[in-house]
Amino acid sequence: MTNTPHHHPDSDLLLAYAAGTLAEAPSLVVATHLALCPHCRAEVAGMEAIGGALLSADAGMAVSDGLLSDVLSRLDGPPPAEAPRRRLAPVGPAPVLPEPLRSYIGGDIDHIRWRRTIPGLHEANVKCSGGAVRMMRIRSGMGMPQHTHRGDEFTLVLAGGFSDDTGHYLRGDFAATDPSVDHRPVADDDGDCICIAFTDAPLRLTGRFLRWLNPLMRV
Amino acid sequence: MPVIHSATSFVKIGMGHSGFYSPGTKGRIRRDGLAVADTLLVARRMPQPDMTAQKTDQAEIDRLNDLTSRVARQRDRQAFVALFQHFAPRLKSFLLRAGMEAGAAEETIQDVMVTVWHRAESFDPAQAAVSTWIFAIARNRRIDRLRRDRRPTIDPNDPALVPDEADGSMETMLVEERAAELHRAIRELPPEQADLLRMAYFEDKAHSAIAAERQLPLGTVKSRLRLAVARLRKLMAGSLEGETA
Repeated sequence: MTNTPHHHPDSDLLLAYAAGTLAEAPSLVVATHLALCPHCRAEVAGMEAIGGALLSADAGMAVSDGLLSDVLSRLDGPPPAEAPRRRLAPVGPAPVLPEPLRSYIGGDIDHIRWRRTIPGLHEANVKCSGGAVRMMRIRSGMGMPQHTHRGDEFTLVLAGGFSDDTGHYLRGDFAATDPSVDHRPVADDDGDCICIAFTDAPLRLTGRFLRWLNPLMRV
Repeated sequence: MPVIHSATSFVKIGMGHSGFYSPGTKGRIRRDGLAVADTLLVARRMPQPDMTAQKTDQAEIDRLNDLTSRVARQRDRQAFVALFQHFAPRLKSFLLRAGMEAGAAEETIQDVMVTVWHRAESFDPAQAAVSTWIFAIARNRRIDRLRRDRRPTIDPNDPALVPDEADGSMETMLVEERAAELHRAIRELPPEQADLLRMAYFEDKAHSAIAAERQLPLGTVKSRLRLAVARLRKLMAGSLEGETA
């Protein structure tokens, strides 16, 4: 039996993804969780079915007289162009990064260009619209500074694990925090912890000694 | 906060499918537990299902399925026209509520319907109802048109994808039957939940924007949406209990 995640996105977040209203940046974290979580894939499929049922139940609005003939005249032409989708050529048999994340990185984990932010923490930004997404690599056994959030933060574990007051998070687990959460995540001591995190506002350090770093925190 | 899903969440049934769901094995294992109590409670409170409406739903779903398979197999233009007549006005309403202008909405309807024609063969009635399939096409087109950003999606063939757990032992509840249940369950939602659910799907707005428009705290919007989804699950679970009893 494959290990499936124990911590999932809230259903209102999955709903926003299924309805197509979630911005690209948080969607990237949610969709990467979906790749690792059959349970939430079924949830999203159920939510798409709700969308279908709502569409069916709608009374509808009259369309222009010529619309049908416009459509019929296009049937023998090419299918409508679609937004290009980033998809890379297949990689090795067991990539650490699932799609869609792998295509955003441009390869598997060895393609990430890490930079050191604070001792024990490496980060790399992921280009995405609608918020800041970054990869994080926390050194094995390392504790992050105590911090809280000015907005939402979604974190998905891709390798290793971490713990905080709310639980223990392993590959595929999704952690959501907001301004009410003041926590100090600690990486498991059996290997580096690699995560993808979305934030819609900068973190705020709350520990006594590190508050001076706040102006330096970019995300 | 992260949430551990309860036993009554959507669980897909059958092999390797994720397009449909039922109170599957997980629900059944816990039938002696709270999940059953919840379901019974809801079933007792539930209004008597309107059998006529449900039969009409079922007939409509079957008809749309049949039309789509005629388009897929026989390239049947008459069947396609019937699909257009059913979906174009609904798509128009869907796209206008998302804030599109009438012209852009009709161009998008064209794109959606031409995509339906070209991709009809890929439609799998065992995975989803026709309306679900078309909803997903329209949603993606709406994102292309209004936001011009991407909607990151999984790749079903990705070697890193954790596959669905095979529930081969589950009896298969037909997707069309599930869809008819869902139609009924939506009609039975409390109005304040139904209102927010429609906004969440039809208006291209974040939940925070919905909260501002309805002058509700964001937490209330989120919890009503969560309740609506949980209630749909339970209503469907409740009617399933009735059928299998």
